[in-house]
Amino acid sequence: MSLDVRPLPTASSAVADAALSADVPTTAPPRRVRRPLAVRLALYVLLALTLTVFVLPLVWLFTSAVKPEHDIYVYPLQWIPTALELANFSDAWTAAPFDRFFLNSLITTVSGTTLEVGLAVLSAYAFAFVRFRWKTPLFLLMLGSMMLPGHVTLLVNYITVGNLGWLNTYLGIVLPGIGSAFAMFLIYQQMRRVSDEVVDAAKLDGAGHLRRMWSVVIPMSRPMILTGTLIVMFAKWNDYVWPLIVTSTVDMRTLPIGLMFLRSQEGYTNWGAIMAGTVMVALPMLLIFFVAQRRIIGGLAAGATKG
Amino acid sequence: MTAVVDPPRPGQAAVAAPSRPVTRNRRRSNRREALLFGALILPNLAAILVFSYYPTIYNVVLSFMDWDMVAAAPEWIGLANYQDLFTSDDFYTVLGNTAIFTGVAVVGSLAGGLAIGQLLSQRLKFSGFTRTMAFAPHMLPGAAVGILWLFMFDPTYGLSRWFFGLFGLTSPSWTTTSDWSIWAITIAYTWQRLGFVAIIYYTAIQDLPRDVYEAAELDGARGFGLFWSITRPLLSPVTFFLTVTGIISAAQAFDIIATLTGGGPGNSSATLTWMVYEEAFQRFDVGTSAAAATVLFLVLLGVTIVQTRTAGRQVHYS
Repeated sequence: MSLDVRPLPTASSAVADAALSADVPTTAPPRRVRRPLAVRLALYVLLALTLTVFVLPLVWLFTSAVKPEHDIYVYPLQWIPTALELANFSDAWTAAPFDRFFLNSLITTVSGTTLEVGLAVLSAYAFAFVRFRWKTPLFLLMLGSMMLPGHVTLLVNYITVGNLGWLNTYLGIVLPGIGSAFAMFLIYQQMRRVSDEVVDAAKLDGAGHLRRMWSVVIPMSRPMILTGTLIVMFAKWNDYVWPLIVTSTVDMRTLPIGLMFLRSQEGYTNWGAIMAGTVMVALPMLLIFFVAQRRIIGGLAAGATKG
Repeated sequence: MTAVVDPPRPGQAAVAAPSRPVTRNRRRSNRREALLFGALILPNLAAILVFSYYPTIYNVVLSFMDWDMVAAAPEWIGLANYQDLFTSDDFYTVLGNTAIFTGVAVVGSLAGGLAIGQLLSQRLKFSGFTRTMAFAPHMLPGAAVGILWLFMFDPTYGLSRWFFGLFGLTSPSWTTTSDWSIWAITIAYTWQRLGFVAIIYYTAIQDLPRDVYEAAELDGARGFGLFWSITRPLLSPVTFFLTVTGIISAAQAFDIIATLTGGGPGNSSATLTWMVYEEAFQRFDVGTSAAAATVLFLVLLGVTIVQTRTAGRQVHYS
């Protein structure tokens, strides 16, 4: 039923209203009516409150990172820094080897993401386009791994990686995480929507599977591959427990673990430097998120509401 | 493919005979396809088998063993690890902590997220900006969130002192007293998840069928009644999904606990996940850790089974 006619100030809408009023209360407001001022005000107060809940901690993080000491150890709180204390960053940088942490995070995130997404694309193509009799059980087997809680695998993976001699190496940090079910599924779903005609046309032109994958299917699935890459990348950069277990020396730690190291180095009290370190860990991901938020939220929401 | 072994039926013989070489080609091409298929999925499959399936299974085996990672080989001790677990008060404390942490985080983020998702879909100015800022904490490293909240919870120089001061109260020592530590990790974790849940709800609300609302408004439903009798039931599949995934991720939350309280003081904020880590990598008691991990696995497996069972029987209104 469409009520499009109702807001129009014409005779016909008056007739429509009159006709409707026979069996429903006429007070039913049309959808786009302006709300009463009090309601609008209340909604904006709630929105401001919501925004505060999420933004205030972040504001606190970024301002504290540039506050001089006498702005931090003071009460009532000094909300706005009285001076810009960038020494917090150099303090953090000298207290802990942040250059190593950055390098380690960069190496493990880039290589781990490349490998995981690469494997995801290959297997998604296989499941979408290559003929094989036992496809369905294999697909279910791989998707089933999403039901295995990652935390339960820690202990045995540690033992396995130890037996392979990869403890405290990049290989040890990266390899156990390259198996991919979520990203594969995401990419598979998009690949299935690539039209058969295009693929068949390429086939008639004599293009083999690898050719078709590389120059037809992958370009046409690029949006989802990009989304999958972003989601995988965030997970790798933010990962905490596995790099914590598998590395044992300071020079192999990644940024999130380096943050804990910094905290113990600073005697748990130099909050300016600790917040500066936290900014260094969080800022790269925040910036990427702000730039690519549509894609990231879209990918995660699709997994939640349509999965 | 099976044309060769099938007895030729009348009327088909004429077709089957000349197709013989084609069939052979076909079979060869099938084999090639199968080989290609294997090559394409093998690396991924191998990684999943070696680093997901095998450890989950071998973890159960280890839970019947006694090992300190130093002795040459683990020793089989049967159910002793489980007996120790289920007769120790500490383990029940840990289970209770896990239940509080998971329950409050899941229920809190669902209730708050639904309210915020509903608010965000009211076409207000700045609601786009609010959506972005609400989702941002979800993308931050848990360790960064933990350290940030550690400072906010500081009773002398943190936001907590200001917040409690607004009501004329004194801030508790969140992370250093055993009455409060469990709430410290629960609040920080819920804050990180809340915006994610809100945006998922918001997205789902955008997808709701308009005509149902128009019909309901004609029937005189509005305001909270409209929300309660239409929106809430229409969202039940999403609520269910968020509950299950919420339990699974909260039960495995680690970085916020590690950075905020380290499970302490004592074991006042230790969850099952924290215990799995602590027993294995700080006490080097492989068997106890494996047994706790197996309990965690069975609980989460139960949750997953309930999900797959129920998913098929869900209410769909469109």
